[in-house]
Amino acid sequence: MQSLARNTLSARPSAIRGFATSAARSQAAAVQKPIQTKEFKIYRWNPDEPEKKPTLQSYKIDLNQCGPMVLDALIKIKTDLDPTLTFRRSCREGICGSCAMNIDGQNTLACLCRIDRGAKDTKIYPLPHMYIVKDLVPDLTLFYKQYKSIEPYLKHPNPPEREFYQSQEDRKKLDGLYECILCACCTTSCPSYWWNQDEYLGPATLMQAYRWIADSRDAFGAERKEKLQNEMSMYRCHTIFNCTRTCPKGLNPAAAIAKLKLEMAAE
Amino acid sequence: MMSTRSVGLGSALRRGTFAPKLARNPAVFRNVVAKRYIYRTIQTTSLPPSAAREILNKQRLFRPSSPHFTIYQPQLTWLSSIVNRVTGAALSSLMYAFALAYLAFPTIFSGENIVGVVEQLPTWAKYSGKAILAAPFSFHALNGIRHLGWDIGFFLNLKTCYQAGYAVLIGTAAGTVGLCLM
Repeated sequence: MQSLARNTLSARPSAIRGFATSAARSQAAAVQKPIQTKEFKIYRWNPDEPEKKPTLQSYKIDLNQCGPMVLDALIKIKTDLDPTLTFRRSCREGICGSCAMNIDGQNTLACLCRIDRGAKDTKIYPLPHMYIVKDLVPDLTLFYKQYKSIEPYLKHPNPPEREFYQSQEDRKKLDGLYECILCACCTTSCPSYWWNQDEYLGPATLMQAYRWIADSRDAFGAERKEKLQNEMSMYRCHTIFNCTRTCPKGLNPAAAIAKLKLEMAAE
Repeated sequence: MMSTRSVGLGSALRRGTFAPKLARNPAVFRNVVAKRYIYRTIQTTSLPPSAAREILNKQRLFRPSSPHFTIYQPQLTWLSSIVNRVTGAALSSLMYAFALAYLAFPTIFSGENIVGVVEQLPTWAKYSGKAILAAPFSFHALNGIRHLGWDIGFFLNLKTCYQAGYAVLIGTAAGTVGLCLM
């Protein structure tokens, strides 16, 4: 009540001044934006009704009442239209990797993907060839296990007590490798991984394997390479380049794997 | 409010607020609304933590696999890869089939015999037959060079990968026409 009174008080002087400056006219009138309807077709599957086949469900929203990114649209659909729609999201700025999904046929992060404002509908699927927990949530257990299997940490028999020094050139070798956020976009875009995910490690994991092999401070490069020296773990990579094409962070797993192959062949 | 939320009545009371006027009468609320909303408890069963694995495994049995190549955007990257594989398989099986056929029937599949048969074919059949053989051969040969380039460290970023891919496509078209005119 008190704040209301303060508002009316502050409004009065401007009304008086209105004679001279016409303050009211200088303010832009609120323009009602036109309704721009966009259809989203989203993959749905509910584990509580496992006998029902996965379907595409259609949602229509007004783009002028929604943020610019696909994640904004998903959140709007979940709040306004259908609270049962399930997807992972967290940081909404492309650093957590939670909202990785297949949007209009390409794997990407929903938070970094602008809504296509064209008239065509946008199709949203979960990451390809993964077991689905619910709707857009894939089961990433195997992906994380594979990442764990390459021992993604510095290994050294007797590390120095304080700083572990590295030359600037050696540090530079890690650029383009360490930025990976493990969103699994590249791995699930790889046809080789679609057919052989039980044994083939996939681009994300292999790039991280190379990240530790390329690190001048790691002493177990030979052992790490030895582990990959078999038919399946790495050599199922046929340089298809879907991984590099799809990476939402602009990294190049295909090149990392090619370098790893070259190093291993040169030994 | 905290207390109602902590005993799980928050949503029931909220619904009560929006219920028709009649229900806001305390007596009616106690008799009708409360019975409908507040005392309708959710049935829960207590399970030991060890049951989690069983539930998860049961759910895993029914999990569908998400769609893959049917929904993935057609891109030069993976399409050139699959075409490379198909042409390679087709060309090598043709070669093996011909070699085996020649072993079995050396007279029928001899050079002179084949030349004689092809000579009698109409022109359109000659050219389309040539094209059917020349196109996969040109593509596979040129894309093979692209692969060799990758293996020694060339074309290893998206731009050069695509440039090499388009070069292979143009080369395939040129090679097919050239081989057909031979």
